[in-house]
Amino acid sequence: MSPILIIEQLLNGLQFGVMLFLMAAGLTLIFGVMGLINLAHGSLYMVGAFAAAAVAAATGSFFLALAASLAAAAAAGVVIEVFVIRRLYRAAHLDQVLATFALILIFAEGARWVFGSFPLYFDVPPMLSGPIMLPGGVQYPLYRLALIGVGLAVGCGLWWLTARTRIGIQIRAGANDREMIAALGVDISRLYTVVFALGAALAGFAGALVGAIQSVEVGMGDPVLIMAFVVVVIGGIGSIKGAFIGAILVGLTDRLGGIFLPEVFKLFMEPGAATQTGSALASMAIYILMGVVLVWRPSGLFGARA
Amino acid sequence: MIPERFITFAVPAGLFIIAILAFWTDEPFTITLTTRVAILGLAAVGLNIALGIGGLVSLGHAAFFGLGGYAMGILAYHAQTYSPLTLGPLVIEGTKSMPVIWIVAVVTSALAALAIGVLSLRTSGVYFIMITLAFGQMLYYFSVSWSAYGGEDGLSIYLRNEFPGINTLVPIQFFGLCFVLLCLALVLQARLRGSSFGLALNAARQAPARVETVGLNPVRLKLLAFVISGAITGLAGALYADLNRFVSPSMFSWHLSGELIVLIIIGGVGRLVGPVIGAALFVALEHWLGGLTEYWHIGLGAILLGIVLFSRGGVIGFLTGKAGPNV
Amino acid sequence: MSEHLLETRGLCKSFGALKATDNVSISLKPGEIHAIIGPNGAGKSTLIAQICGGLAPDAGQILMQGRDVTSLTTQARAQAGLGRTFQVSALAMEDTVLENVLLGTLGASGHAWRFWKNASNVRDRLDQAMAALERVGLEKVCDQQTATLSHGQRRQLEVAVALTLEPSAFVMDEPMAGLGAEGTKKMTEFLDGLRDQAPILLVEHDMDAVFALADRISVLVYGQIIATGSVADIRASATVRDAYLGDPA
Repeated sequence: MSPILIIEQLLNGLQFGVMLFLMAAGLTLIFGVMGLINLAHGSLYMVGAFAAAAVAAATGSFFLALAASLAAAAAAGVVIEVFVIRRLYRAAHLDQVLATFALILIFAEGARWVFGSFPLYFDVPPMLSGPIMLPGGVQYPLYRLALIGVGLAVGCGLWWLTARTRIGIQIRAGANDREMIAALGVDISRLYTVVFALGAALAGFAGALVGAIQSVEVGMGDPVLIMAFVVVVIGGIGSIKGAFIGAILVGLTDRLGGIFLPEVFKLFMEPGAATQTGSALASMAIYILMGVVLVWRPSGLFGARA
Repeated sequence: MIPERFITFAVPAGLFIIAILAFWTDEPFTITLTTRVAILGLAAVGLNIALGIGGLVSLGHAAFFGLGGYAMGILAYHAQTYSPLTLGPLVIEGTKSMPVIWIVAVVTSALAALAIGVLSLRTSGVYFIMITLAFGQMLYYFSVSWSAYGGEDGLSIYLRNEFPGINTLVPIQFFGLCFVLLCLALVLQARLRGSSFGLALNAARQAPARVETVGLNPVRLKLLAFVISGAITGLAGALYADLNRFVSPSMFSWHLSGELIVLIIIGGVGRLVGPVIGAALFVALEHWLGGLTEYWHIGLGAILLGIVLFSRGGVIGFLTGKAGPNV
Repeated sequence: MSEHLLETRGLCKSFGALKATDNVSISLKPGEIHAIIGPNGAGKSTLIAQICGGLAPDAGQILMQGRDVTSLTTQARAQAGLGRTFQVSALAMEDTVLENVLLGTLGASGHAWRFWKNASNVRDRLDQAMAALERVGLEKVCDQQTATLSHGQRRQLEVAVALTLEPSAFVMDEPMAGLGAEGTKKMTEFLDGLRDQAPILLVEHDMDAVFALADRISVLVYGQIIATGSVADIRASATVRDAYLGDPA
């Protein structure tokens, strides 16, 4: 195994991790502030990707497509918050699971109805396409590198938003004490809508960014959603910092596990069987990571309560 | 209002009558649909023990359904290829015998439920939901990447497995087998619910602190419920694989976990035959609505939203006029 | 064997800089009611949680009949004979009154691991449960759903569940909370008779009830026991008056 391959996979893991972070940040905020488990978060990821693909096809502009993904996902978020989610904040977890599962069915079939079952594609912008030479002789796609940059920037932005701004203070207060924040004269229902829309926009944004390098299709949000859950479990519910660290850990584990585990098994197995066992185990690596964290810290690395 | 006792007997009887009528009128497809109801109902009865009595919102029960399916698939695959299954020093012959397959399915799912339960029950609430979901997904990916048994394509079993004294290839006979198992599971759940264990488990859902202060361990009660629940769902998985003569990773899919919960909600959480009603309505909807439009899931989603937002207690809650347990 | 059925020795618990329990040593002798009083935030709930097993102390020991139970779980302490009632009723609200009491009979005996036989058909346990209900006066409502009970009846049910454990010591967290004048009077009379069966560590805000019942009173302020003594001692104590009783809050 060459060092170049390892560096490449490290960067891939990082890139995957920051995209997971965009998903997990919204999920963890919505859990933390409103106490809601939102299975439909993956649908918002898909909405963003479809919006971007449609706008990119119509205008040819990647950046308009990105803007459309943010707008469409946020708008979809507001609509479902106002009509469905709002009624679930004080409901049992089971109701939340079912109602948001119902939303997934509606979103998935709706998207299939409008866009059909065939995957859509759209291209990365010319200015970001092609590989770039990194120090040390590693060639790496510029677009993926840009994704890492964007993810880190969004992470910093979220940190600034929650730690330094007025709305951030309201969000954190809302997470700790709903009565108190209502007593302060903050319109809590509007705050919830804003938080939900913010989470939705982040998910849609991630969907669009990833959509440019993968295909855009119905169901694309499901695997990402579940990995984002793993991230939230590892990081701890309600913690943006936990979501960030969890996402990077999961991203790296997933990508590095895929190349290292088969090699490890080759040390004591014949190559064919080693590759099979290694890759089968690699597909489970992030869940094993989650299991280990659970044994060690049941409420996650940065979680306050179980 | 209709007493729940009546519904408890009427629903399985109704399912049985439909199958018999379909047999007399020679409509094997309808028999297959009723068999599907019995099997999905059995899977959801399993989940209902954890969810309805123990309050454990498991979004990963497809794990056990899939394990049951693969227990059947792997054993039958080795039997049909006449190749023994080698597990290190252990060499196992494949088998086409249903009772043996069922035992393997039940034991495997119970062990998996024990492992997943021990980890998941370290937490509660939304953590529990996400963790069970994640472990289910882990098995899904494992089955996709484990190419020895078909990987993503799954395994086809050419002939249905055998049960002594019964021709399982005759639809009505296979239905009978599934129906008896469903009834046995219903009896088991009814006894369990009324037993000391059921009383304690039901209290552990409502007031875990109280259960602790009378000297019982609520986590252990819930863990055992989870294991029993997983074992029954695993048995259903083995039957489902036999019904289709096919297993694939889709049996592990998290949509299936979600659908099992949906079946319970439609019928009524914690109600004995709630899952059977849910399965019947689900299969009927799938058949009729699916015949009308390719996009029938939109309709299913809308119905589900309606049930969650406006009517707690599902069909049985509606019929009896009594709200069910709070989960 | 110690003469104390329940005892804490030098119990300490801090949350950050806050000393919620500061070197607390109290005891419970056979046949007595020992009341713990103190202003809100004095650390009463924290102390109860440590005694009953929900919270691990930073230092110190908890003993039952001379046996160190500090590291035992809540369940194990219940099995060792600790009967507890909660400040906020913790009952299975969907179940009947009788089922809640039957739950108590399952605990210590390990009968919860029976899977087939109907729980309410076991003669001995049913008798035991009904006897407990009769003692608190709830036998007439035994088939009602617990959620339909009045607040006062729920408090009585709490006590009935604790009774079925046949505990060697009771720990009661504000059994009078939310009871009207009549309810408080009845509960006071009931607890008065209960002390002969097993002594009671009583945390209570209602001073009339405490002064009527307690053999000994300990005053907890800022996590510390500032005085222990008879009702007369505590009433006469200047320290207690300054710290607590004289306090208009």
